[in-house]
Amino acid sequence: MRRRLFKNLITAPCTEAVSEPTDGFEAAGEELRGAIARRLGRSLAIREVDAGSCNGCELEIHALSNAFYDIERFGIRFVASPRHADVLLVTGPVTLNMREALERTWAAMPAPKWVIAAGDCGAGCGVFAGSYACVGAVSKVLPVDLVIRGCPPTPVQLLQGLLWLMSGADNAAAPAVMS
Amino acid sequence: MLEALFADSGPDVAHRGWPRTPVGPDSWRAIGEALREGKLDLLGLWGDIGAVQCVLYEPATRQIMSASLDARAGKVPSLAPFHPPASRLERSASDLFGIEFTGLPDPRPWLDHGRWPVQHPLAESPRPGAALPPYRFLEAEGPSLHQIAVGPVHAGIIEPGHFRFTASGETIVRLEERLGYTHKGIDRLLCGKSIEEAARLAARVSGDSTVAYSLVFARAVEAALEFDPPPRALWLRAVMAELERIANHLGDVGAVCNDAAFSMMHAECGILREQTLRACATAFGHRLMMDCVVPGGVAVDLEPAGVAAILSLTASLRGQFPELVELYENTASLQDRTVGTGVVSSALAAQFAAPGYVGRASGRSFDARICVPYPPYDAAPLEIAVRSEGDVDARVWVRIQEIQHSIGWLERSLATLPAGPVRSGIRAVPATSVEGAALVEGFRGDVLGYARLGAGRRIERCHLRDPSWLLWPLLEAAIEGNIVADFPLCNKSFNCSYSGHDL
Repeated sequence: MRRRLFKNLITAPCTEAVSEPTDGFEAAGEELRGAIARRLGRSLAIREVDAGSCNGCELEIHALSNAFYDIERFGIRFVASPRHADVLLVTGPVTLNMREALERTWAAMPAPKWVIAAGDCGAGCGVFAGSYACVGAVSKVLPVDLVIRGCPPTPVQLLQGLLWLMSGADNAAAPAVMS
Repeated sequence: MLEALFADSGPDVAHRGWPRTPVGPDSWRAIGEALREGKLDLLGLWGDIGAVQCVLYEPATRQIMSASLDARAGKVPSLAPFHPPASRLERSASDLFGIEFTGLPDPRPWLDHGRWPVQHPLAESPRPGAALPPYRFLEAEGPSLHQIAVGPVHAGIIEPGHFRFTASGETIVRLEERLGYTHKGIDRLLCGKSIEEAARLAARVSGDSTVAYSLVFARAVEAALEFDPPPRALWLRAVMAELERIANHLGDVGAVCNDAAFSMMHAECGILREQTLRACATAFGHRLMMDCVVPGGVAVDLEPAGVAAILSLTASLRGQFPELVELYENTASLQDRTVGTGVVSSALAAQFAAPGYVGRASGRSFDARICVPYPPYDAAPLEIAVRSEGDVDARVWVRIQEIQHSIGWLERSLATLPAGPVRSGIRAVPATSVEGAALVEGFRGDVLGYARLGAGRRIERCHLRDPSWLLWPLLEAAIEGNIVADFPLCNKSFNCSYSGHDL
């Protein structure tokens, strides 16, 4: 293990070594850090809730934390408790079996708070439209501030969405849609 | 054996991939007996309009066969008293179709939480939904026991489900799972869809296995319509399936170590996983390769740049992964957590026909690519990775070996990919209903697909059985007697799908 740790000390971080697929990620992230500081004066805490997704969105949200994207360097953290969260990030076509758990998670969050619906299912039920078991878009259950489309949205799309939310005007009546 | 069971039954129907025999209640019970004796494995069981169907595998002959039983009277004998793995499958068929399984020891609803607008949504005439009485968890009695309720919303970024632990101090006495939170009604959504629409749904049953699901759906439909995709498509499908396996196994190896508080492995494996997803995006245009496998072939051809991206990935993995394996093997604090933790006995693995790495870590030598091979694995076989310890460590090792096997397989296969088209239109229009079924090996284990097509080639009934159906109950068994703090570790070493199970 020591050998590996020493090796990592002298190799450049992945976040700098890769440029092409993360185009714009670095710049957007730095801008986002500034926007969060102006808005909250501290880091941004996100609580993620899977409201019936296929798990595809979760895989890409997870990827935001890997060494290539390393979203924590911009002052963004995923937290375990809704009590600690500023943003509720929701995926999935909101199944009827998950609706109450989602509402209770939202109710447990202190204001100011925002809702992001991520993925085509969260945006508008996706391929599951018309099912007896789904409510549909997250906006049918919670006051959504931002929709990030994609099936699933890539890590870069997710970060750009967060940037928009933090630098945008106060909550508008209708959710903004990014695709 | 299989034939003998059905000797007095009706003739086979137009079911392709493997035969399906309609049987009577006596043969159905005989199946139950054979399952109890361990002569057969139950691969799946689901409802249909006025029928139930099960899929059986005979390890001795490596034969698969389906059997169906008339359920128009609304009642059928339960297989669960003979064979406990049938229990949740029957409870679900009962929720969705309103079929009564007589003798079912646990008649509690499973997928239906009393929140849908309809009851028995797939029955011929569904009833209006009704609230259900509160779910009664199984009891555990004894001095100083306490319960811990977890979920459906978990602490991490994972799928929702509820776990009810009963613990004595730190030791888990009983774990009971309550699933169904991500039930999206996929089985009913599939009914009446065109093949193309249904393929998009199949790709979204479980996002981490999107290639495996697209593949099993495509193969079931192609079997039903007796269609052979072009050879190059068959190879490209397998290239995608192996990339999906590598990406998920890398994620799991890192995540298991992370749950043992060894975050460095998580970071290192995360880098390799990201490199894999990027190679997939370069080669096939999507990081998870969603909608890339379609009935008729594949949606995208692999260009020379894609081949180069995959070969550069495998070279990178060959350079870096062995060092991580060495790190895993030589870190005593990590081994202390994984060795001997969460043991699944070989008897249970055999009884539940435990798919994938869980079965193979407990001595069940089954891999659909090898035991019931489909092209191109029949022409390019892989080694099977089997261990006997059945603990978290063994499940990690099976994954490590499978990553290594898949790397080698990809390199060999990319050197000899056949040329030619990658997709051709399926023109066959059946005059009557046709059925097909397939079994493919996803990263988590064997995924089973069944499709019946009717007029206009629309889906009459399609069921996709996730390996998690047979894995979730084993997690309950594996955790017994372990400490609460080891649950995340055991859970991650299983990495069952919620969405694939809940459908």
